[in-house]
Amino acid sequence: MKVRSQVSMVFHLDKCIGCHTCSIACKNIWTDRPGAEYMWWNNVETKPGVGFPTQWEDQDKYHGGWELEDKPKNPQLKLKLQNRLQTLGNLFSNPAMPTMDDYYEPWTYNYGDLFNAPLGEDQPTARPISRVDGKPIEIESGPNWDDDLGGSNIYAMNDPLLQNMSEDEKLRLFSIEQLFYFYMPRICNHCLNAACVAACPSGAIYKRAEDGVVLINQDKCRGWRMCVSACPYKKTYYNWSTGKSEKCILCYPRLETGQPPACFHSCVGRIRYLGALLYDADQIPDATRVPDDQLVQRQREMILNPHDPEVIAAAKASGVPDRVIVAAQNSPVYRYVKEWELALPLHPEYRTLPMLFYVPPLLPVINSTQENGTQRVETELFTSLDKARMPVRYMSLTLAAGNDEEVLKSYRKMIAVRIFKRHETVGDVTAEEAAAALAEANMTAEEAEAIYRLTSIPTYQERFVIPPYSREGDIEEIYDPQQRKAEAGFGRQQAPQRGL
Amino acid sequence: MLDVLLFVVFPYVALAIGIVGTIYRYLTNQYSFTSLSSQFLESDLQFWSSTLWHYGILPTTVIHIAGFTLPKVMAALHSTPELLYLSELAGKVLGVMALVGVAIMLYRRLSNTKIRAVTSPVDWIILALLFGQVFFGLILAFAYRWGATWFIHTATPWMVSLASFQPSPQYVTALPLAHKVHFFTGFVLFALMPFSRLVHLATFPVGYLWRRFQLVIWTRKKVA
Repeated sequence: MKVRSQVSMVFHLDKCIGCHTCSIACKNIWTDRPGAEYMWWNNVETKPGVGFPTQWEDQDKYHGGWELEDKPKNPQLKLKLQNRLQTLGNLFSNPAMPTMDDYYEPWTYNYGDLFNAPLGEDQPTARPISRVDGKPIEIESGPNWDDDLGGSNIYAMNDPLLQNMSEDEKLRLFSIEQLFYFYMPRICNHCLNAACVAACPSGAIYKRAEDGVVLINQDKCRGWRMCVSACPYKKTYYNWSTGKSEKCILCYPRLETGQPPACFHSCVGRIRYLGALLYDADQIPDATRVPDDQLVQRQREMILNPHDPEVIAAAKASGVPDRVIVAAQNSPVYRYVKEWELALPLHPEYRTLPMLFYVPPLLPVINSTQENGTQRVETELFTSLDKARMPVRYMSLTLAAGNDEEVLKSYRKMIAVRIFKRHETVGDVTAEEAAAALAEANMTAEEAEAIYRLTSIPTYQERFVIPPYSREGDIEEIYDPQQRKAEAGFGRQQAPQRGL
Repeated sequence: MLDVLLFVVFPYVALAIGIVGTIYRYLTNQYSFTSLSSQFLESDLQFWSSTLWHYGILPTTVIHIAGFTLPKVMAALHSTPELLYLSELAGKVLGVMALVGVAIMLYRRLSNTKIRAVTSPVDWIILALLFGQVFFGLILAFAYRWGATWFIHTATPWMVSLASFQPSPQYVTALPLAHKVHFFTGFVLFALMPFSRLVHLATFPVGYLWRRFQLVIWTRKKVA
């Protein structure tokens, strides 16, 4: 057993209000630079919808992620993009490279015209101009272009996931009084079996062993841009100005000083949880080679119980610091992912073992039975989950590689928690009904109470349990701190300027 | 005198600048080592220009280097008229591929305002020189036929003399002007390498063929 610690994340989609504060916090800190304007390391999508970049889930187009060889005995994993030799052959022109048209052309406005326009009859206007070449442009798309357009015939209809749904299910998504949408914030998943790392010809992308953050070494990146195609989540971006690829760094300078990443810190709906997970790195090859419907369960199995004395001993033997083990024991992510099995990985069928987990949104599900315009949480809802307003199929295609049972299990628990608390706080549900609901979801009252507490009224310290870092001890003193005290921040000693 | 300057002094200077400069840039500013790809901004013309160019120029360059270093092997490869004819044809096809590729590159950079926005002055110099170099190379191929043969009796001994520090420019000084331009531009391009995006040549990632897929890095490995 090779125990590693990973800083992992849970996004509770039921609580996301789609305000995009996370995106703005990230943009202001990291990507407000020439060449990076179009990048959204954190973005919030309306689902069903096309996403950003457009139709990123369509791997027939982008060739992201891994594929399991189609043979019965000992199938191997290979990059969907290309093999090693093809990688070198395609260096000169990447056949699956998304272009700026798949994202959007960043723009600003010619504000000077407002002041310099000659006196005339008309109000002066500030025309939109491209931030690439400065020429006037027609704005035709943007980072969040289909915001709130769930049910739209132009946008939501082009969601790649709909291809795998039946006509009846699609009808339910688009019939006028039934249509629904939810928000899905996305950042880099900091995968255990990252496709971007595997596809990089230069070997510039790596995973930090201590906390599992996936980073691109800007000095080693040569701009071959294979990571952009290989990441199935399209979370590596090519900086067209510096000629280097960039991605979410999980605000590691903040993590190292004990603060949660900016998108987590700024989250208005408090949907985000961050904490360490201990996992067995030896199981990675096996966990990526099971059939689609077992992927979620197999990934859970490789996440280890930090309270188990055997795991603790193995963790110590593998060099995980004691204080990190304690942090893993208090991790909210561990509870959501492993203990309660509420949170699910995004598109596990890409076989990258993503370490960002989503609690599926409940609200569109329970709104199915409206009577006279009123909504009521009813115990019968258990029987109507399969007739829910949102086809569970859509969620299982998003979060469980099509395995409906994983999503249903999660939903049953969430509904049971509601009925249980309804009984406690309002009282129009009987104790018997509450007990029946808990039994149906296969959980105890204590667990329901714990889920309620961590979901509804967690403190800042409960949401973010950041494992302690000891970077000052880890990093050898390369520079004299006295010489560096006047410098700003971390890392580079020179400005990231475009090469000759 | 001019011949000594152009075909003895300058090659040494150019090689020194190219090699020392590239190493210096790698040591001091590795961040600037990138292909500076503009495929993200425009993909269709990029495919034709870049693919034709690289698949034309890389074999051509390898054949040139083989001509310098393995003249006997190269001579054996066109020992019969048929083989000579085939080598001649292959060289011309590769050269035309490269010329068409670099021509599309020039057109792409001139016509697309977004690509022009990410083009530096040295990019224009390099592109023009590369176009000229391939153009003159093709003039040699078409106007002075059977280059596969005369190459190893002119350019090869000259390069060998340079490499053995007993420079003998007389092997090339009697050649026509087109040859001299081609030789000179070749060394100019080499000298410009550290001052341009040509440095991406030095970082061809051949190690990818055998490296591990997943890379995990410890800040400092604490336990074995």
